[in-house]
Amino acid sequence: MADILLKVTDLEVKASDATIVDKVSFDLEKGRVLGLIGESGAGKSTIGLASLGHNRAGLQITGGRAELNGRDILQLSPRDTRDLRGVSVTYVAQSAAAAFNPAHRLIDQVIEATLWHKLMSRAKAIQRAKELFGLLGLPNPENFGDRYPHQASGGQLQRAMTAMALCPHPELIVFDEPTTALDVTTQIEVLAAIKHAIARTGTSALYISHDLAVVAQIADEILVLRNGRMVERGSVDDIFNSPQEDYTRRLVSMRQTEKQAGAETHDNLLSIVGIEAGYTPGVSVLQDVSLDLGRGETLAVVGESGSGKSTLARVVTGLLPASAGHLRFEGKGLPSELAARTPETLRNIQIINQIPDLALNPRQTVEAILSRPLAFYFGLKGSELKRRVAGLLDQIELPRTLNDRYPAELSGGQKQRICIARALAADPKLIICDEPTSALDPLVAEGILDLLMRLQKDIGTSYLFITHDLAIVRAIADTVAVMLDGKVVRYGRKAEVLAPPFDPYTGKLIASVPEMRPGWLDEVIARRTLPLING
Amino acid sequence: MGGPPLADGIDTDIRAISPLPVQKAGGGSVWLLLVKRLLLGLLLLWAVSLVIFAGTQILPGDVATSMLGQQATPEAVASIRKELGLEQPAPVRYVKWLGAAIGGDFGRSYSNRQDIAKSIAPRLKNTLLLAAMAAVIAVPLAILLGILSVLYNGTWIDRTIGLVTLSAISLPEFFAGYLLIAYFSVAHFWLPSSATVSDAMPIGQRLVVMLLPCLTLVLAVLGHMMRMTRAALLNVMASPYIETALLKGLPWWRIVWKHALPNALSPIVNVVALNLAYLIVGVVVVEVIFVYPGMGQYLVDHVAKRDVPVVQAAGLVFAAVYILLNILADMVSVLTNPRLRHSR
Amino acid sequence: MRNLPPLTPMALIGLAGVAAFIVLAAFAPWLAPHPVSEVVGGVWDVPSADALLGTDNIGRDLFSRLVWGARVTFTIAALATAIAFLIGVSLGFYAAVRRGWVDQVLSRLNDLMMAIPTLIFALVVLAVLPKNMVVLVLVMATLEATRVFRVSRAIAADLVGLDYVEVARLRGESWRWIMVREILPNALSPLLAELGLRFAFAILFLSTLSFLGLGVQPPIADWGSLVKENKDGLLFGVFAALIPGAAIAVLVICVNLVVDWMLQKTTSLKGARRNG
Repeated sequence: MADILLKVTDLEVKASDATIVDKVSFDLEKGRVLGLIGESGAGKSTIGLASLGHNRAGLQITGGRAELNGRDILQLSPRDTRDLRGVSVTYVAQSAAAAFNPAHRLIDQVIEATLWHKLMSRAKAIQRAKELFGLLGLPNPENFGDRYPHQASGGQLQRAMTAMALCPHPELIVFDEPTTALDVTTQIEVLAAIKHAIARTGTSALYISHDLAVVAQIADEILVLRNGRMVERGSVDDIFNSPQEDYTRRLVSMRQTEKQAGAETHDNLLSIVGIEAGYTPGVSVLQDVSLDLGRGETLAVVGESGSGKSTLARVVTGLLPASAGHLRFEGKGLPSELAARTPETLRNIQIINQIPDLALNPRQTVEAILSRPLAFYFGLKGSELKRRVAGLLDQIELPRTLNDRYPAELSGGQKQRICIARALAADPKLIICDEPTSALDPLVAEGILDLLMRLQKDIGTSYLFITHDLAIVRAIADTVAVMLDGKVVRYGRKAEVLAPPFDPYTGKLIASVPEMRPGWLDEVIARRTLPLING
Repeated sequence: MGGPPLADGIDTDIRAISPLPVQKAGGGSVWLLLVKRLLLGLLLLWAVSLVIFAGTQILPGDVATSMLGQQATPEAVASIRKELGLEQPAPVRYVKWLGAAIGGDFGRSYSNRQDIAKSIAPRLKNTLLLAAMAAVIAVPLAILLGILSVLYNGTWIDRTIGLVTLSAISLPEFFAGYLLIAYFSVAHFWLPSSATVSDAMPIGQRLVVMLLPCLTLVLAVLGHMMRMTRAALLNVMASPYIETALLKGLPWWRIVWKHALPNALSPIVNVVALNLAYLIVGVVVVEVIFVYPGMGQYLVDHVAKRDVPVVQAAGLVFAAVYILLNILADMVSVLTNPRLRHSR
Repeated sequence: MRNLPPLTPMALIGLAGVAAFIVLAAFAPWLAPHPVSEVVGGVWDVPSADALLGTDNIGRDLFSRLVWGARVTFTIAALATAIAFLIGVSLGFYAAVRRGWVDQVLSRLNDLMMAIPTLIFALVVLAVLPKNMVVLVLVMATLEATRVFRVSRAIAADLVGLDYVEVARLRGESWRWIMVREILPNALSPLLAELGLRFAFAILFLSTLSFLGLGVQPPIADWGSLVKENKDGLLFGVFAALIPGAAIAVLVICVNLVVDWMLQKTTSLKGARRNG
């Protein structure tokens, strides 16, 4: 008992109309890392902030205790709470780019808490910050702190924020999704740096993430949360080797599906030939991109942020006219400008967007949303229209009773299904899927992918699938294009693209994807096949 | 969420009345940006001169007739047309007018034959003095009240300041002015109700005489400025880096002072600039109330007399002062923006 | 409106004040005890049973003139605001939906109009235009329209970037459909608040013009004219001018209270940035 650092008992946090955290209890021993895992709305961030005696506006801690070294931090006076924060407990936010103050140099922000609480002299604090910059693998640790936040990259800021958290020698650090906003090749570097730094300093940590594969690399123990309640708690090995709950089992066994690619077809539905395009004249985001999509197949375009994959999707939709190159659709030329396309072409190319919240008009009911394309393209009316809408809802496995709901009354997964139904209503030959699952919780995302695959089998739609996630590529693709800085660096049938020998970038990309098993990161670090880049 | 109640609305309002389009800074040095803003402002000033000229010359009806009224004899109309050079085409008249105006020559008033430039000079000085006096009081006070209401956000202090400034916004300048006169001049004989200053007046007496108009003007701009300052600050206070500071265990005043204010400086300068418009509108009305010999009264008098040359000149001077102050504020705002000051 | 915030005491006061003003304006002939220009007593008589608020500078019943003035103030301010919204919202939405050079031309022209303070602009054009109600309404509407344009264009530009509007464009919908069916329903609540703000501004603007003698012309009088007519009494200790002034202030405070209440729950319409 003596070495228990944080003991949370029956913690309860409520919003005005809902319970966000419902009687959660756990304890954390000194020097250990506890991973909090769950989908959005699981209450994991709220628990993390409660460990600092903080609750976001609109929430209220209504019950339970959170004892740090035996002292309940939820009962402290405002003054004692301030003396706790930045001294015993520190915090690393999800988006360091937003969490650093743009008006001050990094070094001043990193040592601010240490100085304010009079833990060290200024010279000592600066010395320690520089050591931490070095420990975290930041470039040029002596001078790195002289930069302003907008002068550093996202991965660097995330590491600087970790240095800021470590600077006052805290007993506990709360990491709130510190790598979620990063690209996968940057994520692995930051993850390795954080793991190295907390191991070296012996600090305890709460590590919050929605990604079990990430948590498995860094935590000693895992607490699975769902809808504010505890699902299961155990050591990392227990969770992976003998999960007790069905929900945990589903989380662990995710990302195992793989589409068996058929024989290569030569019946091209869409050809992209030598496309160049950009947002400002003279600056090309896409450079000489040429790809083919076979009828009834899926072409996955994979890349990190800034690779140009979404720009490519916009070119195909006609929203962004290409400055060079051309498109062919069903063997005929496809005009680059939206205005020049015939209604028939527009009908045949539909899109499913990344964030279903933004893709549905909040002032239209499900029925209105699904009716419009049917009326617009096919002139359907009255009972025939109602029959087709009902049929579409059946097709996407949603109850017909959702007809008169507004989007705000639907869950994230339901909204994305409505978007799929709206695309299907046009009876298109090609659907462009722009990261359709990346804003969804993992299990919901799997359901959407399954639905898309089933629809392809049933009605033979082709997909141009934009994604950053190699696991999704495995699950859905026939052909794969890997993009980097607006160029296609690797392109071919899935089996060839995802098998060695790799070009350097694809190799790095594949090696950076966290695998769903503990110890993966240690192996990668041990092998150090990756050069440590300043992501 | 519990976000700031007014931030959103005022924010749209800020965008709504921003006189110069605020652009996202691209690459390039700050100085390049400043020169660009300056040139844009001068371009705008030129375009405004065109609008003012067009507004008085190309509108339906004949200027000469409208100046003299419907019963004027054809001879009178012809003579005034000749005097104003109306037989020449409008573009020619515009070029002549603008050329002379740049050289400081606004021609002669139609109603009293005086040299307009000579009439404007002392009046402009008086107006600027009054406006500056009001700004010196109103700007720090508004910012202070704005900071106070953010520091005590949601408490009775915040709500009281909010209600008082809401009322101040809603008072027409003339009502506020007459209220002050009723109290200070009529009921108590403390201060004079008219502010007929002259250059002969000693400075101390002059300031006393100007006190009531100045107070009225302060009331006219204080509410807007304070509410926008509060909205700008609250906007900054909703940033994630404020939560970071909170989780460092810093006290509230230090968070506002050290983390919110440096980032709110640039928007606050914008707020001050936006309120120059209220200051100028206010000054016109206040001068009429207190019979203060400034540009506003001069303009209003000659609008009533339909004295087009004077109206053009005074309108142009008002617009120029407003635009120049805006360019200035815009440049200060660029210089106080940390992201622009330290380029990549 | 489905999503207005719950009523607060302040909002209730504001709504009651605005309602009272509209009743006053609508039922002026029945509520005013005397015809608008009937002389009922001496100059600046003190209040009596016949003249509830006393008489004005030539002996007319001030209360009656206040009631009739409400009608004038309401009609002009409401007409000007309505026309301003008709022009401002349609052009603002049009600019945001069409984008490109259409947007550039409209926005730059609007910037130019807004670069001159409203009152100065109004004074300059009123110096040459005939003095009548139609001109007054049109000048006010034009100037207000520039502000409405700026706001509605900004709201619409935020919405145009959202995926559901893009989906409509990809479907091949006309810009009319996009303006009316996709954007307008989602812009209603911020626009409603803006309507309140502009109406309050129109009342202030109109009374300022009338006070300066450049707005409503005698024999018709709005509240601003009443202040102008009676201002000279102030120096003799007659506070008749303060009554219409206070009426304007109370009305504008009430409108502002309603706007504040509506703004409390304006949804933010920022679209998320896409990656790639």
